[in-house]
Amino acid sequence: MKYADEFRDKEIALGLAKAIRSEADPEKSYRFMEFCGGHTHAISRYGLEDMLPKNVRMIHGPGCPVCVLPAGRIDMAIRLAERPDVILCVYGDLMRVPGSQGASLLKAKARGADVRMVYSTIDAIRVAEEIPGRAVVFFAIGFETTTPPTAVMIRLAEKKQLKNFSVFCNHVLTPPAMQNILESPDIRNIGRVEIDGFVGPAHVSIIIGTEPYEFFAEEFGKPVVIAGFEPLDMMQAILMLVRQVNEHRHEVENQYSRAVTRDGNLRAKEEVSDVFELRDQFEWRGLGLVPYSGLKLKRAYAKYDAEVRFDMNELRVADNPACECGAILRGVKKPVDCKLFGTMCTPETPMGSCMVSSEGACAAHWTYGRFRDHQQRRAS
Amino acid sequence: MKAHQRKLDIRNGCVDLSHGSGGRAMSQLISGLFHEAFGNEWLACGNDQSAFDVGAGRMVMTTDGYVVSPLFFPGGNIGSLAVHGTVNDIAMAGARPLYLSASFIIEEGFRFSDLKMIADSMGEAARAAGVYIITGDTKVVERGKADGLFISTAGIGVVPAGLDLSAGNARVGDRVLISGTLGDHGVAIMSKRQNLAFETEIVSDSASLHEFVASMLAAGGKGIRLMRDPTRGGLAATLNEIAQQSGLGFRLQEASIPVKPGVAAACELLGLDPLYVANEGKLAAIVAPEVAAAVLAAMRVHPLGRDAAEIGEAVADDHHFVQMATSFGGGRIVDWLSGEQLPRIC
Repeated sequence: MKYADEFRDKEIALGLAKAIRSEADPEKSYRFMEFCGGHTHAISRYGLEDMLPKNVRMIHGPGCPVCVLPAGRIDMAIRLAERPDVILCVYGDLMRVPGSQGASLLKAKARGADVRMVYSTIDAIRVAEEIPGRAVVFFAIGFETTTPPTAVMIRLAEKKQLKNFSVFCNHVLTPPAMQNILESPDIRNIGRVEIDGFVGPAHVSIIIGTEPYEFFAEEFGKPVVIAGFEPLDMMQAILMLVRQVNEHRHEVENQYSRAVTRDGNLRAKEEVSDVFELRDQFEWRGLGLVPYSGLKLKRAYAKYDAEVRFDMNELRVADNPACECGAILRGVKKPVDCKLFGTMCTPETPMGSCMVSSEGACAAHWTYGRFRDHQQRRAS
Repeated sequence: MKAHQRKLDIRNGCVDLSHGSGGRAMSQLISGLFHEAFGNEWLACGNDQSAFDVGAGRMVMTTDGYVVSPLFFPGGNIGSLAVHGTVNDIAMAGARPLYLSASFIIEEGFRFSDLKMIADSMGEAARAAGVYIITGDTKVVERGKADGLFISTAGIGVVPAGLDLSAGNARVGDRVLISGTLGDHGVAIMSKRQNLAFETEIVSDSASLHEFVASMLAAGGKGIRLMRDPTRGGLAATLNEIAQQSGLGFRLQEASIPVKPGVAAACELLGLDPLYVANEGKLAAIVAPEVAAAVLAAMRVHPLGRDAAEIGEAVADDHHFVQMATSFGGGRIVDWLSGEQLPRIC
């Protein structure tokens, strides 16, 4: 497959793996967080962890928009979908995300709520046009990558004078979440953060550019390497991080220069700032309330804001107190350190953010890591 | 007096509730459309059941429901699929399929022309497979109570003497063979889904496999431990099932698993993994190492096995993991599918 195989070449991968092995100081440990679910997926899908030396460890971050959606927001969506006048359009991977007490959109659908799976934002507009008698709500989620299409769609709805269309906005921002991992008050309970550097987002950075991470790298003294989602991108980024740590540098470097610029996509940023504004705070599953990390529709677009239109009450559901997602996301604990892991919390019955999608740290460990533990036990 | 005063208006007509009510309209639909398509001596008798002789030996029986959406897809339709799927479930026991039943649940308003096309391709698939659809049933439900048409087929077949292919038969050291490229059916269906439509040359691999199986058995004899057709859940689900049932694990080589470039590209685009995508004309066989080469050679000379490949082996593993060496140089687990990758694929 052209433009994909080139970034999955085994020989180049082995070369990079060799370079990482020879440059990583055996006396040191290197703990890097890949923020994005896409990176986590590449690690599992291509088995990258097998190619890294033992003292280079990847910590899977909160960068999967499905995982970080808190149970309260799911409950709000379920309540909305249960209204007989509403059709709720959602991405398929949201269907199984657990709300409180085991509720999910999939179960709500089975009980009669009109929940429809869509593959793109424009599909929701199409449903609204086809069924003018019902209120069509698009369940918008995602980081900076999926926000511009939602903005464009809201403007399209306005242009088409669609009266039965609105958006339940759950868009979130990457830099505040990265910052929260390093400085939230929770860290007092955990005691420390064991992260030596970040593999920065791929697609998100295409939109926002590399500039927003500069403050972060400087302020917290942690290296950031923006990387693409292909496995060779990851390997190269890890090598770049090892070098920064070895050289005591903490800069923003751009491995994904074929797509990412310092300024990002200006047009997309403009669309977003026309339609959305910052919320004071937004709840993340696993991280709790994170200041200035979520977006809502501006007042000028209030008629497209489902939260305003349907007078939706903010619902908050506390994470299970035994859930260790907060510590796992900060590299202090591993999935197996959590009491719920593999017992109450499995991919079939997920509780914490890290288990909800296959890209979460716990789900990845459940699927792939258990095997590695097993191999290591055998070897020892 | 003629049984029916007016002919069924296949071109413009559609099914209404009277076609399921047991009256003259139903009888006309059955004789004018289904008998015509399936044409055989058993149906011609017009009984509520069909009688046939059985020889000595073991028989197999299977049943399957078909709810695929859309009903027509590149490479087939729900009718041909309903024959191939059930024939293949019989064939995986190494059995020769003999007779099928077919039950139709039709939504009011369904066009005769579509129904005829579907029945005709069922008849064609059955004739090509050398099986007979010898009994059936027709029900019509109100509009909105079924998505056009659901078909349920059951089938029976005879197992050659001395053959016992069963899921618990795999042994450590056995080889894993697959008959061809993975994911063709699932991708063909997805390419026609509303809201998802994309252009691809991929057609469904839907096909009857029993003759292919017979040629494999001729080459491998008792060295063939078991076979499965990796439908829903794809090869990943099939191998995980076998690993559990045989009490061992598998080690696969990703580089040797055949996937068409078009399927790989579609999966890339949709975020799917071909190992989890459905097939309707492929099989995975677990065979003893000493016959692997001969069976693989026999598979490759058959048109349904041109792309057949050995993709891995059974290993001792009390966790029953299916593990894979990736083309990239790492290792991973090929786990069961969690949840639904895409509903109503067959």
